[in-house]
Amino acid sequence: MEILRIFSLFVMGFISFSIIGIMSGWLDRKITARLQWRVGPPWWQNFADFIKLTGKETVIPEGANQFLFLLAPVVGVFAVTVTGAILLSSVFFNPIRWDLFIFIYLLMIPSVVIFLAGSSSGNVLASIGAGRELRLLLSYELPFIIALLVPVIKSGSAQIQQILVYQLENGANIGYVSGTIAFIVALLAFQGKLGYVPFDVSEAETEIAAGTFIEYSGFPLALFKLMRWILLSVGISFLVIYFMAGFRNAVAGALKYVGILILIVLIKNTNPRLRTDQILKFSWGWLTMFGFVAVIFALMGY
Amino acid sequence: MALDLKTKALKKSLSVFHLSTGSCNNCDIEILDCLTPRFDIERFGMTLAGSIKHADVLLVTGIVTVKNLSRIKVLYQQMPKPGFVVAIGGCACTGGIFRDGYQMAGPLDRVIPVDVYIPGCPPKPEAMIAGIVKLLEKIK
Repeated sequence: MEILRIFSLFVMGFISFSIIGIMSGWLDRKITARLQWRVGPPWWQNFADFIKLTGKETVIPEGANQFLFLLAPVVGVFAVTVTGAILLSSVFFNPIRWDLFIFIYLLMIPSVVIFLAGSSSGNVLASIGAGRELRLLLSYELPFIIALLVPVIKSGSAQIQQILVYQLENGANIGYVSGTIAFIVALLAFQGKLGYVPFDVSEAETEIAAGTFIEYSGFPLALFKLMRWILLSVGISFLVIYFMAGFRNAVAGALKYVGILILIVLIKNTNPRLRTDQILKFSWGWLTMFGFVAVIFALMGY
Repeated sequence: MALDLKTKALKKSLSVFHLSTGSCNNCDIEILDCLTPRFDIERFGMTLAGSIKHADVLLVTGIVTVKNLSRIKVLYQQMPKPGFVVAIGGCACTGGIFRDGYQMAGPLDRVIPVDVYIPGCPPKPEAMIAGIVKLLEKIK
């Protein structure tokens, strides 16, 4: 029974978050196009891209580590699906003990997988991208975790469901000074997790030609795209649940989700790419400092 | 049925890799014009790809020079199939005014199979879109 329950959770998480993620990815492209005064792709564009890639030939480069090269995207999709399943389980069903820590840990895996993919490709540009991805991971992870401490301090629990219940009783975390600062820090760190533009050093298309993904084609590339779409939807849902009191009201919940998505796309479209040292300085300097300020405010009760 | 769906999806989401074999940049600028608000080919799902492994279409501008010959062949082999080649501009189609030059290594179709020719010096973005429509008709 237990196995069946876990399996059904996994399938539910995969289907719901991948469809929401693919639509979010389309909204991202559409908003970007409108900002640039263009029309943009139709709503089924990302589905078409995915189906097209499954029908293409998979080229494996000669110098690559074949096993890791093909394993990396599968592990990535699996990891983000498990994060989605944990989120579903802790909000709607039985919460898992210490699920916040499991969640933070699993949310790190896509970056590790991208590093693995880049370093197993046997391509110079991919290995440059892989190195950059690890530096990016080290930079944004610290402020991200510090920002996530704030709701834990407020509610006194490290369980996503407890934090949600606390917000439903006492008002959303983002309504407090500490919550607002922590939300901004977490949003910017999440931008780095997604690899979106101010922090897209690892796949800089115009500079190192898609970087870590340069050698991927066909189905593995489709899986990587799917991984990033699921990561997008899981991450935004997590931010909504964690800082904005969740999806209790369906319409308000959808508006919160789309609002955060638009914020991410706006940041993406109005900023130039940062260098790795600038990213490190920004996230270990400003972001971490503001994270600590938020933690101090939270301890003082604001 | 499944194969049919994949072909349909391919028609609706062409990723384009742009290879300039040392052209005068006129064709390259006109290709970029297709992405601007006036033409916006992303409406039809076409995007520029950063790597040849992500691409379905190889756009070639400029003449095939002796130095570039091997690289063009390698790029064509690396393109995941089904993939298509489009020769853009007079230089790639025939050699243009450089056809008697010492660096000329034959027009593009003598090196790799070409699916669509878009002549012009440079071709207008409208001509390129018309050429891509011909390519879409060819995909079955």
